[in-house]
Amino acid sequence: MKFPYSETVLEHFRHPRNVGKIDDPDGKSMEGSPACGDMVAVYIKVDPDTKKIDDIKFESYGCASNIATGSIITELAKGKTLDEAKKITWKEASDALGGLPKIKAHCSVLAIEGLRSAIQNYEERHGLITKREPTTLETVRKRLRKVMNPIAGLDLVRTNLVKDIQMKDGTVRVVIDLPKNHQFAAAIKEEIDEKIEPLWDVKEVIVEFTD
Amino acid sequence: MQEKRVYLDNSASTRLDERVLEAMTPYFFDTYAVATSEFAYTQGIEAREALDEARLSLAKALGAEPEEFVFTSGSTESSNMALKGVALALGRKKGKHIIVSKIEDFPVLQSAEALERDGFRVTYLEVDNDGLVNPDLLRESITDETILVSIQHANQEIGTIQDIAGIGAICHEKGVLFHTDATHTFGRVLLNTRRIPVDMVTVSAHTIHGPKGIGGLYVRKGTPLSKWMDGGFQEFDLRAGLENIPGAVGFARAVELITAEENKRLRFMRDHAIRRILKEIPDTMLNGHRRKRLPHNVNISFHFVEGESITLHLDMHGFAVSTGSACFSRSLQGSHVIYGIGGDHERAHGSIRITLGRYNALEEVDAVVDTLADVISELRKISPLGKEKYGEEV
Repeated sequence: MKFPYSETVLEHFRHPRNVGKIDDPDGKSMEGSPACGDMVAVYIKVDPDTKKIDDIKFESYGCASNIATGSIITELAKGKTLDEAKKITWKEASDALGGLPKIKAHCSVLAIEGLRSAIQNYEERHGLITKREPTTLETVRKRLRKVMNPIAGLDLVRTNLVKDIQMKDGTVRVVIDLPKNHQFAAAIKEEIDEKIEPLWDVKEVIVEFTD
Repeated sequence: MQEKRVYLDNSASTRLDERVLEAMTPYFFDTYAVATSEFAYTQGIEAREALDEARLSLAKALGAEPEEFVFTSGSTESSNMALKGVALALGRKKGKHIIVSKIEDFPVLQSAEALERDGFRVTYLEVDNDGLVNPDLLRESITDETILVSIQHANQEIGTIQDIAGIGAICHEKGVLFHTDATHTFGRVLLNTRRIPVDMVTVSAHTIHGPKGIGGLYVRKGTPLSKWMDGGFQEFDLRAGLENIPGAVGFARAVELITAEENKRLRFMRDHAIRRILKEIPDTMLNGHRRKRLPHNVNISFHFVEGESITLHLDMHGFAVSTGSACFSRSLQGSHVIYGIGGDHERAHGSIRITLGRYNALEEVDAVVDTLADVISELRKISPLGKEKYGEEV
């Protein structure tokens, strides 16, 4: 009998490492929301001199791949410098877990984002961040790279699903090359909204599908 | 992994009853001819007789005449046949409006959506917090263009049983056909077509310890229904295709084997499970109507935790249950039923459905509740939500 999850995923799901909260963390993040599904909270303690992650913990409100990815990224990030930890990719986490089912990519990518946001939070708090940049087409495209195409398990940009991006007066229009009634259309739209809306100068996000 | 596995997903599928298999076996090895060969040879006559007998028995269970029962490959086909068959028959003659409830199962919903793409107008009726259709809302939604109302007998996820007698009466008063998907009630909740004004009823064997791949559609005499699948002249020229005689025999046997005592026992176990979970596990809520409910359905949302994680943990302890979580679904969308009854994403995310069957014992129900309590408590410890309550150190 073969589970869609690898043995390593199941092992981390059953016995997640570094679970919990760090009181008085140097950086923290909460990615996702109950409204969109999974959530991950990441807490880090950073050595001020070496900028290495001394301690890291996570909490998860999510499915097995979410919990397992949260667990593995804490192991991958511990002891690394912030700059090194920032570069940990979903692919590395997935490989360390012995692979994740494609359809589960969107649940697990959240943990990676959680780690990056916790680092960003640390940098913001410690004056390491530059000023707010206005949103550009490139910023939007970059964010869309974080939205998974569940058909392929890769992001929307890499799988050529983004047909067009337009920006005008704070309104972002994204055209996705899928029919409106496609199995994943609603899920993809939700995720795009979630990724683009938080940009500080974006007022409205419109997602359109091709027919 | 545990040695003994406890199956508690009986609305998805059921274990075949040996007595059903026994009834079916001769039609695989002895009488395997097709029923349409009745004019050619003896085996064909025997096949025809077996099919007729099964049909009579199933029709009787619905208070119907045998000519009103059409065998299909299951409820998906039955509901497709009902919606598309009526659309084909009346779409041009009478009108292009169809009414379904928002929380129908996929065969009805997707058939309605397919018709919408073909130019039909579909009203997706809202339901209340228990999942019940509001009869006044239904009445207001019916227009001169309306050709069909399709509202399920009971819901596949939350188990709420609709007042199909009342709904049917409104439809007939307005001269509109009424179809109900009774996949989850057939054998469990009485549906007598002589008393209930219904024109078409979808039923299936897979939910009642019968074989998979056989179902049926009750079609009241005189119902305008166009043949949808083309081929031979089988099933009163309504459904082409080789008759599944072992399946039909097994289906009939499965229905005969259900007793009132069994349904009572299921209801007792259901109430026991609901009572214990709501009492012993904090921050839980029942989905679906408390009383107007399938005798074998338990559906509960657990706050601050995700359903797929719960089902996987339960599986490691040997229990098979289902969830309405988006993470579990093929479309990555949470249960449309939980949303339909006004639930939010979180409620869908943490919903667990336990459906009981003939082979479940009360001890198993107690065991799953005990395990559930442990699993929920463990998952809440690692959740960033509800921390003030469950945040003790791991």
